[in-house]
Formats: sequence, C-alpha cells, structure tokens
Amino acid sequence: MSLRHTFGTAGRILRQLRHDRRTIALILVVPTVLLTLLRYLYDDNPRLFDRVGLIMLGVFPLVIMFLLTSVAMLRERTSGTLERLLTTPIGKVDILLGYGIAFAVAAAVQAAVVSTLAFWLLGLDTLGPPWLVGVIAVGNAVLGMALGLLVSAFADSEFQAVQFMPAVVLPQVLLCGLLQPRDRMPGWMEAISDALPMSYAVQALTELGTHADPTAVMWRDLAIIVGCVLVALLLGAATLRRRTA
Amino acid sequence: MGNAIEVEHLVIARGKRRVLHDFTCSVPSGSVTGLLGPSGSGKTTFMRAVVGVQKIVSGRVTVLGHPAGSRPLRDKVGYLTQAPSVYADLTIRENARYFASLYGLGAKEADAAVSDVGLSTAKDQLVGQLSGGQRARASLACAIVSRPQLLVLDEPTVGQDPVLRNELWQRFHAMAKAGSTLLVSSHVMDEAGRCDRLLLIREGHLIADETPAAVRRNAGTDDLDEAFLRLVQANDPEPQANDPEKLAHDPEKVA
Repeated sequence: MSLRHTFGTAGRILRQLRHDRRTIALILVVPTVLLTLLRYLYDDNPRLFDRVGLIMLGVFPLVIMFLLTSVAMLRERTSGTLERLLTTPIGKVDILLGYGIAFAVAAAVQAAVVSTLAFWLLGLDTLGPPWLVGVIAVGNAVLGMALGLLVSAFADSEFQAVQFMPAVVLPQVLLCGLLQPRDRMPGWMEAISDALPMSYAVQALTELGTHADPTAVMWRDLAIIVGCVLVALLLGAATLRRRTA
Repeated sequence: MGNAIEVEHLVIARGKRRVLHDFTCSVPSGSVTGLLGPSGSGKTTFMRAVVGVQKIVSGRVTVLGHPAGSRPLRDKVGYLTQAPSVYADLTIRENARYFASLYGLGAKEADAAVSDVGLSTAKDQLVGQLSGGQRARASLACAIVSRPQLLVLDEPTVGQDPVLRNELWQRFHAMAKAGSTLLVSSHVMDEAGRCDRLLLIREGHLIADETPAAVRRNAGTDDLDEAFLRLVQANDPEPQANDPEKLAHDPEKVA
C-alpha cells in the first residue's frame, strides 16, 4: 500500500469526473428532484415525509454511487487500463482505495447538497442533529460504492453491471424496514434483513429521526456500515487478478 | 550483453485451445526485437506472458533476471496494450501525469513523454476526442514515461501515417541505443526489416528467431513478405499453398 498511489488514483478519478459535467449534474440534481417530489407527495402529512424523506436521504446516495462505481470499474476492466495498471508498481488495494476516496468525496458533496435542501427548503424535521444525518448519508454512499466495485467483478458488460442494481440493491430496499417494520416480518425474512447492510443504514437514520442525541444503536449501526465497506473493498481487491486467461 | 527476456518451453492455453506451443526463445538486451506474425497467431498472448498478466500452462518466462510479472519488474517494464489503454475522459497530459506518478515521476517527465510521441500541441485535448492514431500515441506516451528497461509494445504503429511510423521507429532505436530493450509486435511484414532481430510466429509456433538478414538468406529472397511465406510453407506439415493470401498479405501494408 502506498499513500502516493492511493491519492494519485483518487485524484485521477476525480479529474475524470470533473471532465464529465453531465454526470456531476446528475449526481446533484437527481436526488434533489426526487426528494422534492416526495415532499409534495406527502404534502398533507409532514410526519410521513420526516420518516420516509429521512430514509431516502440514505437510499438515494447508495443507489447512485452503486451504479456509478460499478460502471466506472467495469470500464477500467474492459478498456485495458486495469491490465496496464497491474503491470505498474501500483498495488491492487491502492486502486480500490483510490476509487473509495474519490467517490467518497463525490458522495460527501452530494450528501451536503441534498441534506441542506432537505432540512432548510423542504422542512425535513429530525430530533437528531442534521450533521449526523449527513454523516450517515455519506456512509451509505460509500457503502453503495464499495458494493458497486465488488459486483463489477461479476459483470462482463455495462448491460450486466446496471442489472446488478435491481439484483443487489432493490432487495435491500424492500427488506430494510422502510415498507414494513422489520419486527413484523416473518422470521426467515427478518433473518435475511439482518444480513443486509442497508437495514443498518436505515435503522441508524431512524434512530436519528426519533432521538435528540445519538444513540448506542446508531453508533453500532454506523460501525456495521463501515465494517461492510471494508469487507466489500477487500473482497473487491481479491477479485482483481493480475494474471488472467 | 545478456538477454532481457528468456522464454523456456512456454505453453499457453485459452480454454481448451492451445495458443502457444512449447515456445523457447530469447530477446537480447539493448535490441529492438520484432514479433511478427499474422493476426491471431499468438503475438498478444506472448507479450502478455512477458509482462506477467497471462495465465500460463507450463514453462518459464524470465525478464531482466526475475520471473515475469514479479514485483521488482513493475517499475522496469513498460507495456503498450494493443487497444489504446488510456482514460478517454482525461486529457493527454493528465493521462501521462497519472502514469508518471505511479513511478514517482513528475510533470516534467510526463510532458517529455508526450512530446516524444509528437503530441505536444494536442496535450490538453481529451483523449476521447482524438483520432485513433493520436489515441494510440497517447497510450504509447504512458508506456514510455518511466523510461523502462524493457518496453513491450503491441502493434504500436497501427493506424499511424508513414511519416509518423518512420519517426516512431527512429525513436525506438534511439531508446535501444540508450540501453532499453524493445519487443515490438506487428502483423505488417515491411516493419520487420526495421528490427535488429525477428521472432516469426504462426499459429502459436515459433518458426524463426533470427536477424532479418538471416531470414532473407535462409529463405533465399530479399523480400521479407516472401521469406515469411516460404518459412511458413517449409514448417507446415500440410502445405496450404492454395491460400497464401491468408498468411502474409495485409491490407494495411503501406505500399
């Protein structure tokens, strides 16, 4: 591992993003518009917006970063640049951490913009502090990114990569407790829910919505999210094979 | 001078198909060695084995005294893949600087590499907006930026006009004179004459490992195109003389 390689790679990925203005616009505008729609959908029930809108602050960044990184990494694999990188002094972990840092920066900007909009313009109300909501939102985005990097190893084309979104992310949205409280699910389904990282992200946000001070459950959930990110990145590094057939 | 690359009994398969059969050869240090053969003969597979990204069945590849692909080689070997492997959404200069940074080098070396391939005036253009030939040269700049001891170049002159092609070959020889070893593949026989040594390869078999002069002499012709054809026929247990076009004719050949 080398800091120079890791940050050099993160800088390179951010420079690539900077040349892609439309992607930057989409990263910022799409969750903003969706959240605004949600706000007026629940116009006569602000309490419901406080609950669902808050959870969506965690779900949108995860979905968007998942898609972005799975396609970006797939491009790296299919364009030959990854093969070339693996013949240079850079380590596999440096490459993945470089992606991690670059997209975490993008995610932080996204979370800041969307949270600001939600709290100040859309009147989102939580008992817990908004800055912690932002932290969990960034954590979610980084989780989406790590999962995206991992699944890109199992896709041979962009067509396949985008299909991993409904395959990997949607089940987590269904079972995370948003549509049906987790303790009211059948036992086997709750067990699956317990094994899915997004369940903890949603729980952490819900804790923030209903408690004035950060709770032990919230910190535990955040730790679980960070753990899942590290595991996904390490598994992702294991899928980068220097020698291929 | 020793050998920069030593290959002993290398066997490579892709799926169930053998792509290289018991390949043994060596590349002398400080030479420009051409790897010549028709499309699909195994040139790229061989080069991938030399840079250590190819799974092999058996045999041994030693590069600059180390097993191919091992850690001490990663800042000594430069590799140009056949399809340009640069980032389309970065400028030429940003690409060169990123690859330079991987070797601990800075902007000065990156800019020098860009000007070496004749792209100084286009250096702030996005690679995605370049022509195919420019894109290939941008990729070449990233391969030579570290001044590696061994440069493995997979079809570096494809799509370049004759003037640029000539400049690139002069550049390759200048690098060899400065101490680098170059392994350059081509499927265009008229580039063979520019190499110090030739490895001729056909359907995964090495059919000649000589200087261009020796290839001409052995085949009894001055035309390397014709010499290659004769070597193929001499090595072929079932001559396919009815289809010589397939072996040596190339539409990209510059008349």
